[in-house]
Amino acid sequence: MAHFDPNARPFSHKWMNERLAVDTLKRVLSTEYWIPKNINFLWAMGMVLAATFGLLLISGIFLLMYYIPDTKQAFDSVNHTIMGEVGYGWLWRHMHGVAASVVFLIIYIHMFTGIYYGSYKRGRELIWLSGMLLFVSFSAEAFSGYMLPWGQMSYWAGMVITNLFSLGSLDWQGLVEWIRGDYVPGQAFLGRFFMLHVLLMPLIIMALIVLHFGTLRIPHVNNQDGEEIDFEAEAEKWKAGLRKESKVIPFNPVFLSKDTFVLGIYFIFYFYLVFYHFEFAMDPVNFDPANPLKTPPHIYPEWYFLWSYEILRPFPKDPGLVAFGFAQVIFFFLPFLDRSPNVAPANRRGLFKFWFWILLVDMIVLTIMGKVPPVGIYTKIGTVAAWTFIILWILLPFITKAEKAVRGHK
Amino acid sequence: MSDRRDFFGKVLGAYAGLGALGALYAAKRTWDPLPSVKAAGFTTLDLSGLEENKLYVEKWRGKPVLIIKVPKNAKPDTAPNGNDKNAYEDPRLITVGGHKFMIVIGLCTHLGCIPDYFPEKHKFICPCHGGQFNAAGEVLKAPPPSPLVIPPFKVEGTKVVLGEAGPEYKKMKEKGLVA
Repeated sequence: MAHFDPNARPFSHKWMNERLAVDTLKRVLSTEYWIPKNINFLWAMGMVLAATFGLLLISGIFLLMYYIPDTKQAFDSVNHTIMGEVGYGWLWRHMHGVAASVVFLIIYIHMFTGIYYGSYKRGRELIWLSGMLLFVSFSAEAFSGYMLPWGQMSYWAGMVITNLFSLGSLDWQGLVEWIRGDYVPGQAFLGRFFMLHVLLMPLIIMALIVLHFGTLRIPHVNNQDGEEIDFEAEAEKWKAGLRKESKVIPFNPVFLSKDTFVLGIYFIFYFYLVFYHFEFAMDPVNFDPANPLKTPPHIYPEWYFLWSYEILRPFPKDPGLVAFGFAQVIFFFLPFLDRSPNVAPANRRGLFKFWFWILLVDMIVLTIMGKVPPVGIYTKIGTVAAWTFIILWILLPFITKAEKAVRGHK
Repeated sequence: MSDRRDFFGKVLGAYAGLGALGALYAAKRTWDPLPSVKAAGFTTLDLSGLEENKLYVEKWRGKPVLIIKVPKNAKPDTAPNGNDKNAYEDPRLITVGGHKFMIVIGLCTHLGCIPDYFPEKHKFICPCHGGQFNAAGEVLKAPPPSPLVIPPFKVEGTKVVLGEAGPEYKKMKEKGLVA
């Protein structure tokens, strides 16, 4: 039976502790959640992502007050009302658009940091998998949001992407029409993507963020050497006052203060883009209202989807879809395709070093080739890059199986 | 004791499962195209008053549909790929009320632009990438990879219903002529 002191002042520390265990919560979630000392600024990307999600949520709330999910009014509610009439409406829109683009840059940095340091192995598999679910959810959130201004690129990207669900020669037009709620994108389509964007996907994302944090709690974050740290023993050292000798620091306030510093730098970069270079996140084609009777000459996705779009493009219809599907799911399997027990930076891991850097360069090449028109030499480079991507993933289990144990690994 | 618990567990599972199935079905039906949307998926066109060799544009399921009453001599003036046959003899034409009509979805099979018709040349030229089609929608010049698509249709006297696959459409589909 819990004990409640009848003399405790309401909302005093003691009163709160008896009812909510605030001291225990604070200890478990922050002051005694241990982070290794041996990390660098790349370990701050998680907090940068959380903060960017916060920016998207806040700017989105303000946009939602004036946006109208109606095919006849949506375009003007964004480009006329929000941009021209609402006080500081332009700020929320540019913050939202720029954050939606930048969040993917940080996600890719966060992912490749994890791949480089092997932070998806030895108890950290669920961190990787929940992170990949977040990546997919953010992709769905970005795509559904891109539909809402109902410009030419919204409409035709919606047309092309939903057409993919006809699954090539299977020709499942019924499924495509079911997803759209119409034969072509229309009111039913805009209404349901609006719902997905402002309610269902954000709920899923918030739940997944909690799960992602939860998966970190027991294995703890990795460190620059992949060293297996005895977190209990190191924490005892810290608590005994041996702060210099201990290999760990508490999440709050020590790690968080470093995180906050990186966040400060990040916000300078982010707001520079919002105020001076927002146009990179605003495709000019989308400033024409949606017109079902006129296709834009080139339909291309936002930059963060270009690499997977380019894997679709160089192949004939059906193999292209298979390659595209492969690219969408293969990252999920990374913890199981990497057969080496080594948790170490890629540069100390033999052939994996080359695998990592070739993959990174290949995805940058795919991104660039996805943007240029599919003609001449570009088609050839795109085809080679797409095959390189597929072959790299097929090779991964073999080269990691043959990998020698890294020295110093227990 | 444990039998009793198992039994109640199964009853609860079945009860909840039934509810979940019902909810899923309702969710699926909510996402279905509305009856009004489906009703608008059929367009009836009366072709009796059409002039020969003139382009008519109608809208069906949000897409443009191109219609030409094809004249007896509809040979294109030039055909860069050598396909210069008279379009009047083309099996892709649809006979309605004793006249032959081209009825196609007006989106170029290359990248979906809408081609323009030049009656004196008896051909379509696409403004985006220069693809050409004859008056039956067959390709005269790349880049389009395939002829203009014929929508599902049903002939009713001098009228044609778009969106419904009639016997003539099914016959054409079997021969691989519709797309």
